[in-house]
Amino acid sequence: MSKKVSKPRSISRRRLLATAGAALAASPLGVDLLQAQQAPIRIGMSMPQTGGLAGGGKASLLGIEIWRDDVNAKGGLLGGRKVELVVYDDKSSAAETPAIYSKLIDVDKVDLLFAPYATVPTAPIMPMVKQRGLLLIGNFSFQVNSKIGHDMWFNNAPWGPPDSWAASFLDIGQKAGGKSMALLTADQEFAQNLAKTAREVAAKRTLPIVFDQAYPPNTVEFSSIIRALKATKPDIVYVASYPPDSAGILRAVNEIGVGDSVKVFGGGMVGLQFGAVMENMGSLLNGVVNYNSWLPEKSMYFEGTKEFFDKYTKRAVEAKVDPLGYYLAPFGYASGQLIEQAIKKVGSLDQKALAKYLRENTHNTIVGAIAFSPDGERKETAVLQAQFRGVVDKNMEQFRSSGKQVILFPENLKSGELVAPFEAARK
Amino acid sequence: MFSLDLLLDAVVIGVLLGCFYGAVSLGLSVSFGLLDVPHVAHPAFLVLASYAVYFLNENYAVDPLVAGILITPVFFLFGLATYRLYYETFEKRGSDAGVRGIAFFFGVAFIIEVLIILQFGVDQRSVTADYIGKAWRLGDIRIPYRLLVAFAIATALTVLLTLYLSRTFMGRAIRAVAQDQEALRLMGTNPVKIKQWAFGIATAVLGIAGALLIIVAPVDPTLGRAYIGRTFCVVVMAGLGSMSGTLVAAIILGVAESIVLTMFGASWAPAISFAILLGILAVRPQGLFGRRP
Repeated sequence: MSKKVSKPRSISRRRLLATAGAALAASPLGVDLLQAQQAPIRIGMSMPQTGGLAGGGKASLLGIEIWRDDVNAKGGLLGGRKVELVVYDDKSSAAETPAIYSKLIDVDKVDLLFAPYATVPTAPIMPMVKQRGLLLIGNFSFQVNSKIGHDMWFNNAPWGPPDSWAASFLDIGQKAGGKSMALLTADQEFAQNLAKTAREVAAKRTLPIVFDQAYPPNTVEFSSIIRALKATKPDIVYVASYPPDSAGILRAVNEIGVGDSVKVFGGGMVGLQFGAVMENMGSLLNGVVNYNSWLPEKSMYFEGTKEFFDKYTKRAVEAKVDPLGYYLAPFGYASGQLIEQAIKKVGSLDQKALAKYLRENTHNTIVGAIAFSPDGERKETAVLQAQFRGVVDKNMEQFRSSGKQVILFPENLKSGELVAPFEAARK
Repeated sequence: MFSLDLLLDAVVIGVLLGCFYGAVSLGLSVSFGLLDVPHVAHPAFLVLASYAVYFLNENYAVDPLVAGILITPVFFLFGLATYRLYYETFEKRGSDAGVRGIAFFFGVAFIIEVLIILQFGVDQRSVTADYIGKAWRLGDIRIPYRLLVAFAIATALTVLLTLYLSRTFMGRAIRAVAQDQEALRLMGTNPVKIKQWAFGIATAVLGIAGALLIIVAPVDPTLGRAYIGRTFCVVVMAGLGSMSGTLVAAIILGVAESIVLTMFGASWAPAISFAILLGILAVRPQGLFGRRP
């Protein structure tokens, strides 16, 4: 699927006529040059629009499309060249992306590349992009460049150093008086990566792990696991789960209880960032402290953030995507802003020069200032840890107001204090 | 860490979980156990029923259990139509229909999955009812009400199906067709019509089982895949075609899974369940309650 946007650049009529006349009078090469100047800047990408990652992929793409429309409304880049997106559906599959990116590079001959949403579809294109020396803006993948070491990779996600995710959660738990930890994780790569860093951080801090279990995919009933976890009386419960399990775990916690010893519960539960899942879980979410990327708290509004969400909210209805769109959409927009700022400063599409600019500078976006470390990830983590408060059942709109997810970390974005212990925070 | 309380709790939860597995496997026990139809789309039918229950609960605030009963006649008709299509296109045509039948039902399962995605999207869906999200305190043990509902429904369904198959004329005809189709034909009865009726019953049971599925946990369009192994495991372990055996086998599986999850570590749960199946089949190839061929 491809989408094209092109409008003539805005230069004076006299100058346009003069240029056109000169070009016509000149050789065919001159005509080609004129056409090249007016040609749009084409950004190619695959995006999961069907399959398991489709919910996130579509929201992310809508964010990028809003940026495209904004930048084109302002007259485009490089003296009037419009931006055009060339997008293919990768069906959430790692098997599809290498062929799609080969086509984007060799057949479509796009000017720049954006990565698809998520780790799995992105990982297989990394060697090819490195081999060809191409700039790639990453889209919420986790540690895909750690072994490849491509110096022209820039991830839009707020992850930062890999251990910061677990460290921030444990910080909150320890400050609340936590002296032991339980680890409940899905037996799946992403969750196990989180668990590994959590174990490392706990070992550094000599924080004893009293319960450490990985549950298999397709686990239906979590009552038994929660009862076993409760019996170990942990102070901090770090959960790294996937969407189907997150709901099952929280339901079992609500029924069985997790014990009065627990100060904080959550950390790495995937799914609790999406509107439909949050609406489904409703009051079960109360008290949970979990990661996120953007939330409607005062501290999270930067230049253009409000305008972006005004546009997103309207277009999300037509596009049938996450009505809230907090987790991915603004970061899709920020990807565009990164490349827009780089092109404006460099004044060309030279990929090496663009990469150098992105690496060496701090960039202001609608999700805050972004600076990259040599591995292309954020210099400092901006992953939020936030506590759900006062959530009621079956109400999507409540999540648009501040105070439903109070930011506890990072310090500069904090919007409230932890309510502990967990059982008290659930009420 | 061993504790008697934990073990007791694991057994109680395991029995209830087993009843849930039994309820979602009973339909397959009829279609696969009695009729020899390789119904791998059974879990997809189950998920479809869950979405129908979700639709009624979300839009008309119908209690999930009532919604399950309401959709039962529709699923009965759906079962009749599915079997007729399967019979005309596959079963009628030869001895290798079994293998091709699997392809047919896989196809049906994928179509159902895609239709659900088109209609409801890829997100998880759940229902609301007073008995979801609360637990009953029994001393130190807390038992989720939704699992008690599963226990009651599974017991009722097993009793009803057992009585139907043993006491009614049509029920006995279904058992007869399972034993010897040719003998039935010689007596002037059309076995295809009886099998179609039985397949309708098997699918109708899924209406209420689908309600249980979404009561116990949220559903998503691909959830059926997770139940293919479990439901076939229960039916084969029970011995093909035994309703009470299906419930007992499911309880064994549920208790084993629950004890392993609680006492030995969650990663081992699926391996232990299927090891039990292999162990039972090694000792009794016809399953726990199956008759010797």
